[in-house]
Amino acid sequence: MKQHPPKKVRSDLNPSRLLTFKIDDRDVTAHEDETILSVARQNNIIIPTLCHLDGLSERGACRLCIVEVRGSTKLLPACVTFPRQDMEIITNSKRVINYRKKILELLFTERNHVCSVCVANGHCELQNLAVELGVDHVRYPYLYPRHDVDASHSRFCIDHNRCVLCLRCVRVCDEIEGAHTWDIMGRGMTSKVITDLNQPWGTSETCTGCGKCVQVCPTGALTEKGKSVAEMSKRRQFLPYLQMMRGRQGGSWQK
Amino acid sequence: MTLNIEDLQQIARIEKSKKDGFQHRINVCLAAGCLSCGSGLIKEALEKEVTRRGLDSWCKITGVGCLGLCAEGPLLSLPTSGSYYQGVQVSDVPEILDSLNGSPVARLVCPAETPFFQRQVRIVTENCGRIDPERIEEYIAEDGYAGLYQALTQMTPQEIIDQVSGSGLRGRGGAGYPTGLKWMSMAKAMGSTKFIICNGDEGDPGAFMDRSVLESDPHRVIEGMVIAGYATGANQGFIYVRAEYPLAVKRLRLALSQAERMGMIGNNIFNTSFHFNLQVRLGAGAFVCGEETALIASIEGRMGRPRPRPPFPVEFGLWDHPTMINNVETLANIAPIIRRGSQWFAGIGTEKSKGTKVFALAGKVVNTGLIEIPMGTSLRDIVFAIGGGIPQGGRFKAVQTGGPSGGCIPEQFLDMPVDYDSLAQVGSIMGSGGMIVMDASSCMVDVARFFMEFCMSESCGKCVPCRVGTRQIYDILGKITASRATMAEFTMLEDLCDLIKNTSLCGLGQSAPNPVLTTLKYFRDEYLAHIHDRQCLAGACKKAEEVL
Repeated sequence: MKQHPPKKVRSDLNPSRLLTFKIDDRDVTAHEDETILSVARQNNIIIPTLCHLDGLSERGACRLCIVEVRGSTKLLPACVTFPRQDMEIITNSKRVINYRKKILELLFTERNHVCSVCVANGHCELQNLAVELGVDHVRYPYLYPRHDVDASHSRFCIDHNRCVLCLRCVRVCDEIEGAHTWDIMGRGMTSKVITDLNQPWGTSETCTGCGKCVQVCPTGALTEKGKSVAEMSKRRQFLPYLQMMRGRQGGSWQK
Repeated sequence: MTLNIEDLQQIARIEKSKKDGFQHRINVCLAAGCLSCGSGLIKEALEKEVTRRGLDSWCKITGVGCLGLCAEGPLLSLPTSGSYYQGVQVSDVPEILDSLNGSPVARLVCPAETPFFQRQVRIVTENCGRIDPERIEEYIAEDGYAGLYQALTQMTPQEIIDQVSGSGLRGRGGAGYPTGLKWMSMAKAMGSTKFIICNGDEGDPGAFMDRSVLESDPHRVIEGMVIAGYATGANQGFIYVRAEYPLAVKRLRLALSQAERMGMIGNNIFNTSFHFNLQVRLGAGAFVCGEETALIASIEGRMGRPRPRPPFPVEFGLWDHPTMINNVETLANIAPIIRRGSQWFAGIGTEKSKGTKVFALAGKVVNTGLIEIPMGTSLRDIVFAIGGGIPQGGRFKAVQTGGPSGGCIPEQFLDMPVDYDSLAQVGSIMGSGGMIVMDASSCMVDVARFFMEFCMSESCGKCVPCRVGTRQIYDILGKITASRATMAEFTMLEDLCDLIKNTSLCGLGQSAPNPVLTTLKYFRDEYLAHIHDRQCLAGACKKAEEVL
């Protein structure tokens, strides 16, 4: 089998060098290879995220963690941006919060997120984000796409109507479980997560049935069978341990 | 086989004397445009007729690259008399051969004294339409690979970078990043394995500059890449071409095998210690793969999706090694710069944009085709002098530059010089060089909707604003063109454009609203007429009732 060259550590970031900068007018200190998001979390500054999950590689795709830098109009995703000395980060300006709300609303219009009948109701990160950001209505028209439900697996079920394409399932399956059963096909609005070259999940020969994908899924897209409305709560305590066991520390640059 | 300069000159001499041995030469355009209207058959018929008449040693038929005036194809050029023929049919062949010694066939002559031919300055396309792209000898006869020889044997990498920096060349892919600066960063990047990529994933609707260069003069791009490799310390190159350009791919592969046979790529090029390998990689037809990080992912065999930058490819690119990505046209400029010096190149163009730019002129304009003009030429000159104006006496309305990432420029800016900065000032971009002219019959809302449809279907789906936002914008524009939109939706449109522009991950998303934003800025009345008066000022859109 062809071996991929090992992932290189970013040479421009020195993990032993410290720097100080400001988040929301608070002085904070960080290693050079820590992201703005992780430094903010250490200091109890909340930046909303969706595609980010501790223990998985960063994607920078949901754009909910965008922050402002004083003196620049450009918005930066906190999960993949490394701080620089004397940078002044603003995480909660009106502009940024407005953008976050709109992005979240776009997510709600994209597929059929109907909380009241969802198994993850009350345990859903998308729902929680909406509450936190104060999204009380969606200004854009709903698109109501038609999506399938794949219940062919004996223990789990995927409902594409609830999927936000964060690809946590793809990453956890590839990076932690090492099976790479999940992947994504199509592009744009027609993107869809698939198992084994778009075969029914139940027939997958690579799936080990570990269920990590189900536990990391932020919404009710991936669920355990037998759960009724609002019963599907997720357990993610395993991730930091697995990450530690496999020696995947911060600083390795991922796709 | 390794060559030295004497060998090169010898090849050039033989080739030239061969050419001069013929009293008459007929060049048949065999680029994709003319080929599709039957120029291949014409070349065959010409060759057959010449053989039948026993004139083989007197008249030479050559298949060449793009002659420029694609709208009037198939095109023929007679370099011995300097005349051009347009719209040639197979039945015209005997007549053309009959007239070789006399006056040209009047009804086929394409006037060559027009501004279309006279106003152009050809650097990138200097060999287009003059040489057979399938023979390396013809390229060598036109000083081909002399720049490479000079670079490898007489110049240090630093000197080459100085020349490129001094020329003021900027990236021709659209953003206009200074090429010399990029090369300098690449030369300084750490690592023994470095890659150079030629970006030939030309996806803008209506743009065909890169295709023409690759089809008409592939060796020029190869030469540019080897020089770039030597200057920046890279030993491996990839040419990324979209699979929709089969002719360009075929000629490129042929050119690569010829260059390899002659020792222009491979080990010990020109008896120096420098070695360089070059391969062609095909794109599977995704517009987003023109974005450099998505392009890298595609070459690596992964899905063509961009990733956040930094780190930039020059530090962290293909298989995590330093990688430099240059556009086809940028690389095609390198050999002439080395051969003729940076001062010569810097003397062309405007203060901040040097050299020439190739544009694909399309839309409602008389002379559709490929043109190369110095930077700083005004839009009016391009559309009315070179382009020949609007057909059937139509009224000029706007010109769209830069493809789906660009904008629509209205009449009031017609006298603006075309360079990177002026275009950016009016909300558009240079882009790769597509230029679509629109007359009074085009509805600008509909135009914006067309480009948004393109962005929507080409969005990779990675980041939320671009994936869902483009769809929402497209829906609203559809409602406006159908005269069913309200002012609330109009406000939402502007709002969404702002959101996508500021929060998207890659250049595709960030620039996707540009066609909407520029039309909103310059043609707001058309939007409002659709909403308030429920009518299309251009008469192009159907009302909802009519559609149903």
